[in-house]
Order: sequence, then structure tokens, then C-alpha cells
Amino acid sequence: MAGIVIDRIAKSFGAVSALKEVSLEIADGEFVALLGPSGCGKTTLLRIMAGLETRSSGRVLIGGRDVSDLKPYERGLAMVFQNYAVFPHMTVYDNVGFGLTMQKKPKDVIDRQVKKAAALLHIEPYLERYPAKLSGGQRQRVAVARALAVEPAVLLMDEPLSNLDALLRLEMRAELKSVLREAGTTTVYVTHDQTEAMGLADRIAVMHGGKIVQIAPPTEVYSRPASMFVGGFVGSPPMNFIPVEARAGSVALGGQTLAAPRASGALTLGFRGEDVTLAPPGEAMPFTVRVAEPMGSHLLLTGRIGDAVVRVVAPPASIVKAGETVGLRLDPDRIVFMDAATGAATDLAA
Amino acid sequence: MTGPRRFLFVTGVITLCAWILVPIYLIALGSFGGRPAVFKWPKDWLPWNASLDAMLLFLRIEGVWNAAINSVIAAGLTMIFSILLGAPAGYALARFDFRGANAFRLLVLLTRAFPLAILALPLTVIFIKLGLYDTPFGVSLVHTALALPFAALVTASLFVGIPRELEEAAWVFGCTRWQAFTKVVLPLALPGVAAAAIFAFVISWNEVFAASVLTVRERTLTAYLLTVLSESPLHYRFAGGFILIVPSVLFIFAVRKYLFAMWGVSSK
Ligand SMILES: Nc1ncnc2c1ncn2[C@@H]1O[C@H](COP(=O)(O)OP(=O)(O)O)[C@@H](O)[C@H]1O
Ligand SMILES: [Mg+2]
Repeated sequence: MAGIVIDRIAKSFGAVSALKEVSLEIADGEFVALLGPSGCGKTTLLRIMAGLETRSSGRVLIGGRDVSDLKPYERGLAMVFQNYAVFPHMTVYDNVGFGLTMQKKPKDVIDRQVKKAAALLHIEPYLERYPAKLSGGQRQRVAVARALAVEPAVLLMDEPLSNLDALLRLEMRAELKSVLREAGTTTVYVTHDQTEAMGLADRIAVMHGGKIVQIAPPTEVYSRPASMFVGGFVGSPPMNFIPVEARAGSVALGGQTLAAPRASGALTLGFRGEDVTLAPPGEAMPFTVRVAEPMGSHLLLTGRIGDAVVRVVAPPASIVKAGETVGLRLDPDRIVFMDAATGAATDLAA
Repeated sequence: MTGPRRFLFVTGVITLCAWILVPIYLIALGSFGGRPAVFKWPKDWLPWNASLDAMLLFLRIEGVWNAAINSVIAAGLTMIFSILLGAPAGYALARFDFRGANAFRLLVLLTRAFPLAILALPLTVIFIKLGLYDTPFGVSLVHTALALPFAALVTASLFVGIPRELEEAAWVFGCTRWQAFTKVVLPLALPGVAAAAIFAFVISWNEVFAASVLTVRERTLTAYLLTVLSESPLHYRFAGGFILIVPSVLFIFAVRKYLFAMWGVSSK
């Protein structure tokens, strides 16, 4: 078992700067998700950890050892690739045992570990088959089993579920979580799917434009995003943002007065769609509903406050129709203020 | 497939087959039918009085066996050299972004732009000096030069087709670059590599000019037949031609599975 330290890793491809001095510390046994939109540098960072990509500067430490200049096979880690990368010319058994065979483990040890990993991922019935005879989900399991069979100190995964259909993804997600929790493996998991990151990770590192913009536990990333970008990227529906004006240290909204982090000036107020209660229009912030979508578990309302588009999650039994104007009351404990110019969160306490 | 497309497809297949098979069949008729079959017109399209006489006589011509063995040695060596040199070049072209990769690709093909006729005399001189003259090994060196461009380019396209992720997975799970190549890339590329090897074999087997210039007594079969048969009756020539064709056809038939695999078609 081993923790990971990423120390000011930068990477440029010619003129394109893919990573800008990224630093990150991952504790032993921790599950960290690298979350961000496509092209933000997640894969590049993961591949640098694995030794599959060269870095422009910085260091990678695994278990306190500087592995920056080591070959992939010297780093003692395992990886699950986006397209599974199971070897088509080997049986499932040989695939799962590949890492152990390379380590020249005795046959009986290999057999034991392969069976154990196969049992964990429910692929025992296919051990003698070739990958071509497996479905996408089964191949995925083989790829994970291959990684777990070597009992790695560190497991890296690059969008391992993105090629599976929605239902299978849900199932595999839950299974991965329980399997990895049991194994206690330090895991770095790359994804652009925020529900995956929220569901799996101990901490989420949100990346944007080659930088880590926030690293925090899922609930904190969700309710206290470090910037407008994070708030908008994490959560479905995304966080709502409305421009407000602070006067004398507070912000007046409809019938509500909220404490502001600044005495005066332009701010952006962020709130989650479920952190509001509906009120009669006269008593709270007026919200003009354009579309009402009954989702079963809740009623999703899309409309406007002033010029800003806002999405609100109302109880399923609420009676709201399109075109209606209702009042919104915010939960003062669950709002965030952002700097209107930079989009970065401003601390209430500061 | 719908009506007209199916019709086109079937006609195309028949035409292509006829294109290849009719000449081969005519040569076979000539070589098994003896003297009358060669001159008879219109032809008997079925071999009524086929006999192995011409063939057997042909096989008894002095030196045919020696020449055949020389051919096999030269073609075999050509095959080995082309793959041993061509596959690494192909791998480099497929996997590394090195300066001049495109120029290299072009240069590889340019080796084919030199007419052998120009090279023949200097080559002969050098070969005599080196003691390579009149040996199958010497012939195979020249044939390797001819086959190498194809070997390099064909294997490059094979390696491009093997996902890099597979190789990277091998590295992560404990392989050095070389181990990953031998354990993952090579097995997957093997059908195509085999096809490239056979192609090199056939190039050497069929090549006549360099083989004629660079040998005197240790002729390859093609070079030998060229000299011997120009003096022989026509049905012997057919027999000789048939014997030249057969190995290539058999060889390709034997490895058709791999050729199809390379083209992404499966055969039953
Ligand atoms: N081999 C490469 N050559 C050039 N640019 C690359 C290469 N790999 C990645 N990039 C660039 O680096 C940036 C980050 O890519 P990547 O790490 O794959 O993003 P992500 O995995 O977050 O989608 C992108 O702008 C991408 O175009
Ligand atoms: Mg990626």
C-alpha cells in the first residue's frame, strides 16, 4: 500500500500546455477521482503517474519513492484502460494472470490469485474463453480483475466505465466501490462523469484547463464549490448563479436578507436547485417558470430570475405550471457567494 | 445485397477468377497434354489424354533439382532477412514520431526506383570480391533489397492497427518494451507478418534478372529454366512454367487464412 504525491507536474505538447504545475497528495488507501471536462488533462496526468507519458517538469512519488524517471513496470502499479486493453490472443485466465506471470510468481500462487480476482468480479465461468467471446461488460471485469490480481499498491483507472451502457455502468460502479474498498487499494480514477466521481470517490479533484481547481470530499465539492466552474460542472442540475449587489454587508433578495462576504459591490450568488422552498410570489424572490418536468422523484422547474436561467427541484406533489411566477426562498446555510469578476468563491468568514 | 449489386458482385468474382485461373489451366493443359495438346486448336478443354511424361522428363533435366534447392534457399533467406530487418523498421514507423519518418517512408520505396540493370555490373564485381558471387546467399541479399520495402511498409500498417493501449497495458503489468513486443504485439501481428514473409518469398522465387546475372552454376530455378527452356520444345516450357507457378499457389493457399485475416475477411 502506498500514498501518492504529485509535485508540480507540468506537461506541454509542443505549444499546447496540457498540465500547469499540478500538485496533489493522495493518502494510502484513498480513492481520488480526477473529474473534469474532456481535454482538461486528466488522462495526461494519469499517464504521467503510470510512466506512459513523459512529464515536462515536476515529480511523482509513490509510497515515498521518487518514480518520476522509472519505467512503467518499475512503478508497482496497475491500470485499467478506457478501452479495457485486454489481450485478445490470451484467455481470460491468462489475461488476469498476466501481471503475476511477468513477476515470475509460482504457478500455484498465480492460480490462487487469478481465481480470487475472478471470484471478486464474477468472471469465473469465462476463465477459459477468449475476450472476443465476451460482452463489453465482461471484458471490463476482466480488465479490473487483471489489475486487482497483482494486488497493486496503486490502481489507476481511466474512464473505465465510459464504454458501458447506462444500466451496466450503474451496476459496475457499485461493484467497483465495494471491491476496491475491500482491497484497500490507493486508487486514482479519471472520469468526466460527475455522478461517477460523486458516487465512488473519497475525494474529488476537479480539473479545468490543465489545473486542479478544487480538491475536496464529494459533498463539499457539491455544496461548497470553489468556483462558478465547479458549481456548474458538478451536480445535475448544475448550480444556479444569479448576479446580486451587496449593500452594507448584506444582500436583499425579494423578502430575504442574506449576509454577504463583502460590504458592497457586485457578487454572484450560487445555490443548488434543491436548496430552495417555494413560497407565494409576493413574499420571496420571484421565479418565472418556463418549463415544468415531472421526474417522478421530484418536479424539475426551469425558468428565470431576472435574466439568469435557474433550475429548481421541487417536491413531486407541488402544483406549479409553466408560465406561472412563484416565490423562491433560499436556505441561507447552503448558498455560496462568488466574486462576480473572477468566478472564484469568496469566503463568508473572510 | 440487392439484385443489380449482387449481379455486379458475382460477375466481378467470376471475371477475377477467370483472369487468374484460365491461364494457369492452359499452362497445366500444355504441360500434361504433351506435344499435341500444345498445338491443337481448338483446344480440348478437358485433359483427355493427360500424361505425366513431359513433367517427368522435365524433372529429369540435369540440374533442375539443384536449381530448385537453390531457389528455396534464396527465397527462404530472403523471407527471413526481409522480416528480421523489415518488421523492426515497420514498428519504428508505426510507433515512433521521429524526425524524417515521412522521408524514410519515401526512401524505403525509392530503393525500388533503381533499375537492377544499372546495379548489375557493380554488384557482380563486389560480389565476386566478397565471395558472394554464384551463391544463393548472395542472390538472397539482392532479393532482400527488393522485398524489404514491402516488408517494412506492410508490417508498419499491421503495427498501426494494433492498439497502443494493449502495449501500454503490457508495460504497466511488468513488461519491458521488448517483452511487450514479443508477448503482445508480435502474436497479434503474426498473421500479417506471415503474409509479408510469404510475399517476400514469392518475390524472390519469381525474380529472374538479378538471379541470372549473379549466378553461373548455382542458378535459381527461374534463372535456370530461362536458360534451359529457351532451347526446349514448347510442352517442356509449359511444364517448366507450371512448376514455377505451383509453389507460389500452394504457398498462398496454405496461408490464405492469414491473408484473409489481414484483410479482415474470415474464411471457413
Ligand atoms: N499525444 C498528444 N499530443 C498532443 N496533444 C495532446 C496529446 N495528448 C493530449 N494532448 C492534449 O492535451 C490536452 C489534455 O488531454 P487529455 O489529458 O487527454 O484530456 P482528458 O483526458 O481530460 O480529456 C488536450 O488539449 C489534448 O489535445
Ligand atoms: Mg481522457
